Amino acid sequence: MASAKYLLGLLALCAGTAHAGENLNSRNWAASCSACHGTNGHAVTGMAALAGVDKAYLVNTMLEFKSGKRPATLMHQIAKGYSDEQIGQIAEFFAKQKK
Amino acid sequence: MERREFIKLVSAGAALAALPGCATTSGGRTIGRVVVVGGGYAGAAAAKYVRMWGPDIEVVLVERNAEFISCPLSNRVLAGVMSIQDLTRGYDQLGSKHGVKVVQDEVLAVDADKRTLKLAQGDTLSYDRLIVAPGINFMYEAIPGLNSAEAQQKVLHAWKAGPETVALRKQLEAMPDGGVYALTIPKAPYRCPPGPYERACQVAFYFKQHKPKSKVLILDANEDIVSKKGLFTKAWKDLYPGIVEYRNNSELVDVDAKTLTAKLQFDDVKADVLNVVPPQKAGKIAESAGLITANNRWCGVDFLSFESLAHKNIHVLGDSILAAPAMPKSGHMSNQHAKVCAAAVVALMHGEQVNADPMIANTCYSFVSDKEAVHVSSIHKYDTEKKTMVTVQGSGGLSSASSDIEGQYAEAWAHNIWADMLG
Repeated sequence: MASAKYLLGLLALCAGTAHAGENLNSRNWAASCSACHGTNGHAVTGMAALAGVDKAYLVNTMLEFKSGKRPATLMHQIAKGYSDEQIGQIAEFFAKQKK
Repeated sequence: MERREFIKLVSAGAALAALPGCATTSGGRTIGRVVVVGGGYAGAAAAKYVRMWGPDIEVVLVERNAEFISCPLSNRVLAGVMSIQDLTRGYDQLGSKHGVKVVQDEVLAVDADKRTLKLAQGDTLSYDRLIVAPGINFMYEAIPGLNSAEAQQKVLHAWKAGPETVALRKQLEAMPDGGVYALTIPKAPYRCPPGPYERACQVAFYFKQHKPKSKVLILDANEDIVSKKGLFTKAWKDLYPGIVEYRNNSELVDVDAKTLTAKLQFDDVKADVLNVVPPQKAGKIAESAGLITANNRWCGVDFLSFESLAHKNIHVLGDSILAAPAMPKSGHMSNQHAKVCAAAVVALMHGEQVNADPMIANTCYSFVSDKEAVHVSSIHKYDTEKKTMVTVQGSGGLSSASSDIEGQYAEAWAHNIWADMLG
């Protein structure tokens, strides 16, 4: 019993900082975008930085890519891979990141 | 584990003895150790993301090279528009920014029962979970005349970026104008499906500027161009008329390295520079660890976690895996494997459920000249019934035409993905 408590204490020391209350599905989906748009949306050069960008703006941009209203070289093909709900969740993740 | 054994494992070698504990809370404890083998597009990203998402997990990355050299964009070295230094990045930020312990060494053996690795420099390293991302190994046994070190120095693959890339460029520079550069392509699947056709463009670009009487001869084992067909054939026709010749169904059966002759089933082709991309299988350590499950070549994985179908607690990423349908062996795809795996590993280490709904993407640029590029993209989601990744209907596609703007995006892609995995 005592050792179990000790172990839990140790776990608490190290764990829990990373994703308390975070929507892991959104985080994982957003990580796919990070290959081009930077880790957590912090692009280093030549691509749109997504970190801290307004959610509504991100959603609207993606929906315009999806519908073809906004011209693109590639993003129209990517946007069509996601449901509107998924786009909303991913946009929320990036909007929450510090710029 | 015996205390003595534990001490031996932890204190083995100065480098490993200096392994940090819980890097976020100095002096605190970690919940376990993840070892990543191979610091390429898959391995480096996995190491970083496990630390980022699981700061209570100790991560050791074992990589035999001192620096990372990117395979994507390396065909541009052949054209003379980039140097190998432009493609080279250090591993230092994985340590300084993310607390990954980077060990420069080679893994000789994996003991899946004891969960230990034997390293070339003599150390033994224990793990709770192992991520194996060793890239590809060449099947020289399929090309008898190329099955010696001497022959391999004359007939290069340059399909792992680095010294061979530089050496192939030198062969092209030394080739007299009017010569023939022959490139053989193995049957799919192989690393980077559009890569050989991009290489043909890059060598043709160099010839057009400096050796206009020379030829690029593509000897493709496949029935047809494997990737971006329309875009490549248009580039060869419009940009390099009279320089590029493409032959399908031309499988290489042997090589005479002395005379630089490619032996095909019904024909011998003599070249001035012969560049053979050999058939490939999973990296050596994946094979010796018993992770190959398909066709004696590739490692089957559970796509929700990238855990090996052969061994529990071992995950396989990148070019070594038996890919899902329409999933290319690409650097971008390796980065995506890494993130699904990292999320799963962090969850499993915490005794939590693995994410049941992964979504990943592929974006792959190819340069058709010094500035113009084309792309192919795809989105993949997990299919619960088929238990594999499938492409999302209606998504993905190709460039409508090659363009300078896509060339700029291709360069930006490289800088961003390198930062995403190493920075």
